[in-house]
Amino acid sequence: MRITPARVEAKDWGWRHATRKDFALRGLDFDIRPGEHVLLLGASGAGKSTLMAGLAGVLGGSDEGEQEGSLTIDGVEAGIARGKAGLVLQDPDSQIILERVGDDAAFGCENLAVPRDETWRRVRESLDLVGLKDIDLDRSTRHLSGGQRQRLALAGVLAMQPGLLLLDEPTANLDPEGVREVHDAVRDVLARTGQTMVVVEHHIDVWMDLIDRVIVIGHPDPDSHVGGVIADGKPDEVFGEYGDLLARGGAWVPGRAIPDRAPARVRADRREPALVTEDLGFGRGFPLGEHIDLEFFSGEVTALMGPNGAGKSTLALTLAGLLKPLAGHVRVRADIAEGARGGEPDKWKSRELLGRIGMVFQEPEHQFAAALVRDEVAIGPKSMGADEARAYAIADEMLERMNLSRFAKANPYTLSGGEKRRLSVASMLAGAPRILVMDEPTFGQDFTTWTEMVDLIAKVRDRGSAVVIVTHDEALVKALDARRIMFGFAGE
Amino acid sequence: MSDIVLVSPPDARKEPARPASPSWFIAKVNPVARIIGALLLCIPMFVSLDVVSASVALGLEVALLWIGGVDPIRVCRSTWPVWIAAVGGFISVLLYGRTSGEILWQGGWIVVSEGSVYLACATFLRVLAIAVPGVVLALGLDPTDLADGLVQILHLSPRFVYGGLAGMRMFTLLQDDWRALGLSRRSRGLGDGNAIQRAFSQAFGLLVLSIRRATKLATAMEARGFGGAGPRSAARVSRLHPIDAVFCAICFVIPFIALGVAVATGNWHFSFQGA
Repeated sequence: MRITPARVEAKDWGWRHATRKDFALRGLDFDIRPGEHVLLLGASGAGKSTLMAGLAGVLGGSDEGEQEGSLTIDGVEAGIARGKAGLVLQDPDSQIILERVGDDAAFGCENLAVPRDETWRRVRESLDLVGLKDIDLDRSTRHLSGGQRQRLALAGVLAMQPGLLLLDEPTANLDPEGVREVHDAVRDVLARTGQTMVVVEHHIDVWMDLIDRVIVIGHPDPDSHVGGVIADGKPDEVFGEYGDLLARGGAWVPGRAIPDRAPARVRADRREPALVTEDLGFGRGFPLGEHIDLEFFSGEVTALMGPNGAGKSTLALTLAGLLKPLAGHVRVRADIAEGARGGEPDKWKSRELLGRIGMVFQEPEHQFAAALVRDEVAIGPKSMGADEARAYAIADEMLERMNLSRFAKANPYTLSGGEKRRLSVASMLAGAPRILVMDEPTFGQDFTTWTEMVDLIAKVRDRGSAVVIVTHDEALVKALDARRIMFGFAGE
Repeated sequence: MSDIVLVSPPDARKEPARPASPSWFIAKVNPVARIIGALLLCIPMFVSLDVVSASVALGLEVALLWIGGVDPIRVCRSTWPVWIAAVGGFISVLLYGRTSGEILWQGGWIVVSEGSVYLACATFLRVLAIAVPGVVLALGLDPTDLADGLVQILHLSPRFVYGGLAGMRMFTLLQDDWRALGLSRRSRGLGDGNAIQRAFSQAFGLLVLSIRRATKLATAMEARGFGGAGPRSAARVSRLHPIDAVFCAICFVIPFIALGVAVATGNWHFSFQGA
């Protein structure tokens, strides 16, 4: 595939969203040479996504915001340089546009009016390049794994033959296997095409071997919200000089130790499990796993680990009393079940789950039920019978602990990703559950939120709750010294 | 006590590829012709309300579908909601339809007369004659192929058609969202009590989520050059072939014959006039 690598130039570039008073980014000056591979770093809210959208030409026209200076790709204004830049985004779900693999990869070419034969030649070549050669062009995109979907998105972008490849956290939502697949695909692509690349990623390690320059976006003037370039250079230089700053901004700087939150004192109370499964069959409709006997103890963190799509989340929902077992039973210890009808949480009323078993969902937005952050946290205590004053006292305390007090009167949906995550945990913890089930609590989190989450889980554990986490995050499991339960496909 | 959970392998969970139609013949017809054919077939059947034309049409349709590779049992199986609707229509017309001829049974508001029995049978057959082929023609219709046809044959705006097509894919995701919203509410102690109120609060959550998903999808599409002012090419060809003309001709002839037989045998009964 013949692609001419693009040159990217920013000259005093700035962008102000039409709805905001301050510029998101201002005074950007850089020159990315053809074929250079750049890692773009910055704390969340620093304007990385704005810059990526600017480069991809999807910021919109003058009704969407105000532009200053110039941002060009091969000398053409980025906003009108259609097809010169190809963008791969974070969420695998919303990047697949059409039902069939081949059609989806061809979509970009159609929009660029590439002739038919040429389109299909490019589609086959691109799929080959990202390692999806063996997948039928007629195959439904629905059955692809997260890693395959991201590679398909990459193939769709490659087929447009852009001189500049933009990757906006393309692996944040993937399991380790998927991360490796996407990394290797990008590596092979760059080796073949020599394209210019800009990648945004908190997990620097993932791309370390492919990058030769780091640009850090931040707030050069600490008193202002306007973003700009604060560091630009070779990876070693930048990490050496700005390591602390980057870590505080949420980046996973290579070589930095992760915190250790292993249980300090005695190990868990292993006399009687807080939660057991007896000959459990779980699934939605058809069984994913059968004859499963597991035990979970108070004061211990248990990690459910294994490949994507194995059914970890489904088991978690079953343990949390939200899905009915297809066979067998889930039972909780008598002292936890006391006051509820029976020891099987799937048979309880919704209100009986409160204070006993809490579930933190992977998508915080699935959990929000109130219009204000403060009310959101007060829902649990209120439903458990606390009066208004008491419920809000608990809510305020939780918000204080989670560093969310200043958002008390805000709408939950307006918070940033990390804040939403903390809120979803806060609202569940306000009900003080004796068993806490969490689905991917550290998915796509930057280093700051990640560290906060580890501290929190450790606190809940040390308070004597049984904690079950579904996770791919090796570092999290290590930091908490959690017990592992591995999922595997039968027959492999 | 195991610390390994073995689950069924993902290959065992895959569903087989779906054909474009249960019928080998219909599968070859362009989706746009399928829609036009369905309209040709169904609309004329609304004008008469008699037993003969509906029976003839239904008989021809079932026979032709059989030749086309869909046997009557399969037709019944895949159209069961239509049968429920038809039986519903039959009962209501039987009990409350216009009274004429000899009264067979009477009780309260309900009058069953010779006329209402005849009308009930006519309604039953008509619902089947219109809806059964409609449903069978729609089975397996591929939305992407239909979109291609709408753009290339009927020249609708690609922006509108492919935008809508991509949006339709979001429905599956929204179903998952809806389920997760429900489960999270149960987990938060909000799952008891008034189901209607709960559905409202959940619907608001779904609305917010759907807007966010749509925004992301729109960005992804725009990043691939969609929605620009320039010309667009088509990776897949959607064209009409002689088989499409044959199909539409068959769809035109069936109601023509059916209504012709009704007129010839004196059973014609215009739907939109008094008795």
